[in-house]
Amino acid sequence: MFERPEELKKLFEEKSSKAGASADIEQLRIEFLGKKGLISGLMQELRNIPNENKKEAGQKINEAKQYIENAISKKLAEIKEKEINALINASESYDESMPVSVDYGSYHPITLVQREVEKIFLSMGFNVEDYSEITDDYNCFEALNIPKHHPARDMQDTYYLSSNQLLKTHTSAAQNTILRKYKSNLESGNPIRAIFPGRCFRNEKIDACHENTFFQMEGIMVDKDISISNLIYFMKTMLSEVFQRDITVRLRPGFFPFVEPGFELDIQCSICGGKGCASCKDSGWLELCPCGMIHPNVLTAAGIDPEEYTGFAFGLGLTRLAMMKYEVKDIRLFNSGNLKELSQFTDISFTHPTESKEA
Amino acid sequence: MFVSINWIKEYVNLDGLDIKKLINTFTLATAEVEEVYVKGADIENVVVGEIKEISEHPDSKKLHLLKVDAGSKIVNIVCGAPNVREGMKVALALAPAKVPGGEITVTKVAGFESEGMCCSGKELGISDDHSGILELKTDAPNGTDIKDIYPIDDIIFEVDNKSLTNRPDLWGHYGIAREFAALTGRELKPLKLGDLSYDGDYQVPVNIGREDLVYRYTALKMDNITVNESPLSMQIRLYYCGMRGINLLADVTNYIMLEIGQPTHAFNAAMIDSIGVNTPREPVKFTTLDGVERDIDENTLMIYNNDTPVAIAGIMGGLDSEIVEDTGAVVLESACFDGVSVRKSSSRLGHRTDSSARYEKMLDPELTMDAVGRFVEIVRSVDPGARVASKVNDKYVKHYDKISLTFDKAYVDKYTGIEISDERIIHTLTSLGFGVEYDGGVFTVSVPSWRATKDVTIKADIIEEITRIYGYDNFRITTTKSPLKPVHHDYGRLEDEEIKDILVKKYAMHEVHSYVWQDGRKFKKLGIEVEDNVKVLNIENSENGNLRNSMLPTLLVMASENKDFADDFGLFEIGRVVDGIKADGTANERKHFGAVLYSKTLNEKALYFKALEMIDCIVSEIKQMKPEYKKAASCKRWQHPKNTAVISAGGCEFGTVCALHPVNRVKFDKTGCAVCIEFDMNKFNAIEAQAIEYKESSDMQSIYYDLSLILGDNIRFSDLAECWNKENIAELESVKVIDTFERLGIKSITVRFNFVAMDRTLEMDEVQKHIDSILDNLSGIGVALRA
Repeated sequence: MFERPEELKKLFEEKSSKAGASADIEQLRIEFLGKKGLISGLMQELRNIPNENKKEAGQKINEAKQYIENAISKKLAEIKEKEINALINASESYDESMPVSVDYGSYHPITLVQREVEKIFLSMGFNVEDYSEITDDYNCFEALNIPKHHPARDMQDTYYLSSNQLLKTHTSAAQNTILRKYKSNLESGNPIRAIFPGRCFRNEKIDACHENTFFQMEGIMVDKDISISNLIYFMKTMLSEVFQRDITVRLRPGFFPFVEPGFELDIQCSICGGKGCASCKDSGWLELCPCGMIHPNVLTAAGIDPEEYTGFAFGLGLTRLAMMKYEVKDIRLFNSGNLKELSQFTDISFTHPTESKEA
Repeated sequence: MFVSINWIKEYVNLDGLDIKKLINTFTLATAEVEEVYVKGADIENVVVGEIKEISEHPDSKKLHLLKVDAGSKIVNIVCGAPNVREGMKVALALAPAKVPGGEITVTKVAGFESEGMCCSGKELGISDDHSGILELKTDAPNGTDIKDIYPIDDIIFEVDNKSLTNRPDLWGHYGIAREFAALTGRELKPLKLGDLSYDGDYQVPVNIGREDLVYRYTALKMDNITVNESPLSMQIRLYYCGMRGINLLADVTNYIMLEIGQPTHAFNAAMIDSIGVNTPREPVKFTTLDGVERDIDENTLMIYNNDTPVAIAGIMGGLDSEIVEDTGAVVLESACFDGVSVRKSSSRLGHRTDSSARYEKMLDPELTMDAVGRFVEIVRSVDPGARVASKVNDKYVKHYDKISLTFDKAYVDKYTGIEISDERIIHTLTSLGFGVEYDGGVFTVSVPSWRATKDVTIKADIIEEITRIYGYDNFRITTTKSPLKPVHHDYGRLEDEEIKDILVKKYAMHEVHSYVWQDGRKFKKLGIEVEDNVKVLNIENSENGNLRNSMLPTLLVMASENKDFADDFGLFEIGRVVDGIKADGTANERKHFGAVLYSKTLNEKALYFKALEMIDCIVSEIKQMKPEYKKAASCKRWQHPKNTAVISAGGCEFGTVCALHPVNRVKFDKTGCAVCIEFDMNKFNAIEAQAIEYKESSDMQSIYYDLSLILGDNIRFSDLAECWNKENIAELESVKVIDTFERLGIKSITVRFNFVAMDRTLEMDEVQKHIDSILDNLSGIGVALRA
């Protein structure tokens, strides 16, 4: 009886050495460890062993059982690993460098630039306003202190309509409407802060640098005690955000009937750093946007007392900004509908603000 | 405009100042300088020479061999100019020398040694005359550097004319000198004016017909003028400033215009008896001194001699009264015409001159007398024998108002946001010619005539004068003190942006921009007619005069132009259209969203359903509701009569989806197809979005029930849906179409109904009852179960 467990162990060794698949091992487990298996059989036979030997024989059987159990789980693990390795070896290694084809849509470049700029103004407490493309003489000129005989009103600059109206020539045409809309802000002690992007039209011959249909964005701020000093501070802060770097600006007198004083704002050329290059026509400066203190007549036209309130206004050429940003050389791209080119404007530039090149 | 620093220096002492820095300051304080040219830097060792001897070159008909006295020595020069003459004084580039064209060295020309070059005006860069060498009329000894006797060294800067639009006073050097005086704190010297006294009573008669178009007309006659050519130094200055020497009298009028900004005109006195200023009664033809015959209409102000037109007022003189070589007597016109009238005439004639450009800016009428005084002074300095031959006839018809402005220091402080001292304010304004009285903190400022024609009218204009001379670079800059207020959002705009995001990110569509007018030529290719609408009156291509009333034709044109871009693509735009005229007569501008889907791989029906899917997505995402469709009662001629549907949501009809009319479809593309979507965004934006309605889901077992139905003609799914919707079955959780097909002309559909109750497991009996009533309804509209 004492030899039998040892024999079983040997028998197991012999059989298990031939087992190659996990199913064979299961077979062995049933044969040796199952309810009607060989170990169980030995346990049954313990009944016939004299009592004094029972303990020792029991121990031997248990030992054999444990031995076989361990061997099975070890063997099982080995086989499992082999099987997994076989699966891995049989599987394909994918080539990530294969080109994938995804259809991406695109935004109009003006939308991208406009969103970027609007985000900055929203963060500075400006309302974003909508305005029509068609307006009238009063809003486009009269309310902006542009006198009757001003050249801007001539047919060669402005598209006049059969409805006795016109296509707005600048976003400033919205000033009167927006000043009126928010006039009550002032009375309750709050400033007017608004931007209004929009499409403008000028009767011009189209070429690589000129379009008759283009986008601008106007901004205004009105409150008590708004000063030239505030205007310069604001323009510098705003433009540093737009260009994502600390920029150097300079103001030159510029004449626009709806501001007094009026300025042309230049930024230091980023390509040459102000030393002078082809991009800035050797001047070191790029003319960027007109701005100025809102003319008292413009405030009066909107029912705001210029003795009590002052304000500033500025215009940004969104089309020009887009040309600068994407280095578009031909302005005709924007209204071309040419998808070979326009489809390149995915929104990557929108989520990641532009870094200046030299930074 | 070109400005000569030498000229400025005649009126302001700029000694010891960095000129380039000064020019930069001028840009920042006054007007933009576009370019600075250093003249004369490329000229070295060009001296006065005298031709002593001329002999012909043995082998050349053109070349001459010259002996030229260069002061220190006689040199040999080979010269090809036709105008060489013994005794002639020339500008001799004495080798080694430099001229703008390059270096001059001792060199062999056609076998003979040449020790320099006799220069033409063009070779020296002081005129464009290259017909022969320049003859110097000088007493200076031979060998004198020509730079010592002529103003060849100069700094010329070009001011951007656009930045002078509102500054008539800056269209002459004297006005610019005034700015330099203010910027440097130095004195502005007065203009030197000639003596106008005349012993007789004669005046050139002047009759002004159109007093509304004239401020002032000043006329003076001079005679006994014998010098015909202006001095070289004047010619150089004119040339540097962009003009050409012509003859003394023409040159002097140009010189005065460049100096004080006042255009004048010198008529040949032999052709003038009596001057009239009027508009013609009927259109006439008139030949200007450039030899061009021009059509003059009744609105153009003209100058007449008796009844004969002799000049277009403020624009150009006539050929017949031109100054010619032997003109010994002139009538000088120094006038101030109405700027708007001159601008309009010049634009009608399509002819803009240096003179008209100045009148457009609204010149100061006070200048006419200065110009007369300068004319006499300059002519007599060149030709001392010239005489004033009439009394000045000065018709000062209209005056500008004198402007006086009052403000206090607090106003300046508030407007600038910085502290500028009283003294500085007074000094700045005074140096610019403003009269300043200061009493008890209040400034009373009188505007000088040259700034009072339109430029300075209110006190904010004075702020500009103070601050620009103070320098914007010197401003201490500060943020505003305004309180913060939450930003108001325009939801319409937010929805536009969301539609863009959905279409770009989910449907890979491309956003485009297109013109707001209908393009007749391009529409025609697609067989689409231009529709009558509000028109642009002055568009270049009159075919495009009508504004668009829909985005779609324009977008279809764009889609058709992009057929090579991809087999399948979509493009869209959110823009403006005009839907005719409103009751008040103004254009009914609407914001529209338009999209065109194009495909070579899908059939039209599949593409149509893709469009419906997009619409569903947009409406669901933005409004939390489902769009509904009904066939359009009428459609445009290019739209498919059977496949044009009106889109609505929440009871509001806001859009259209359509396929192309078969006729247009063929014109659009033989292989691909297109489907269009258009929303009136004003209507869409106005639809109130539904709130999200949260509903707990049931844990109970659901039961589904499939019905396969045969669809008769003209039965739409919405008719079927009505059959179960009107039962209002609380337990009907969803209805899905799981199959549609058509065989032998019979259309059928399989619909899956899913039933579930919140509180119990449904029994089949209960579900069957619902199904039965649905089937009843269906048979009521003629829909039967498929066998």
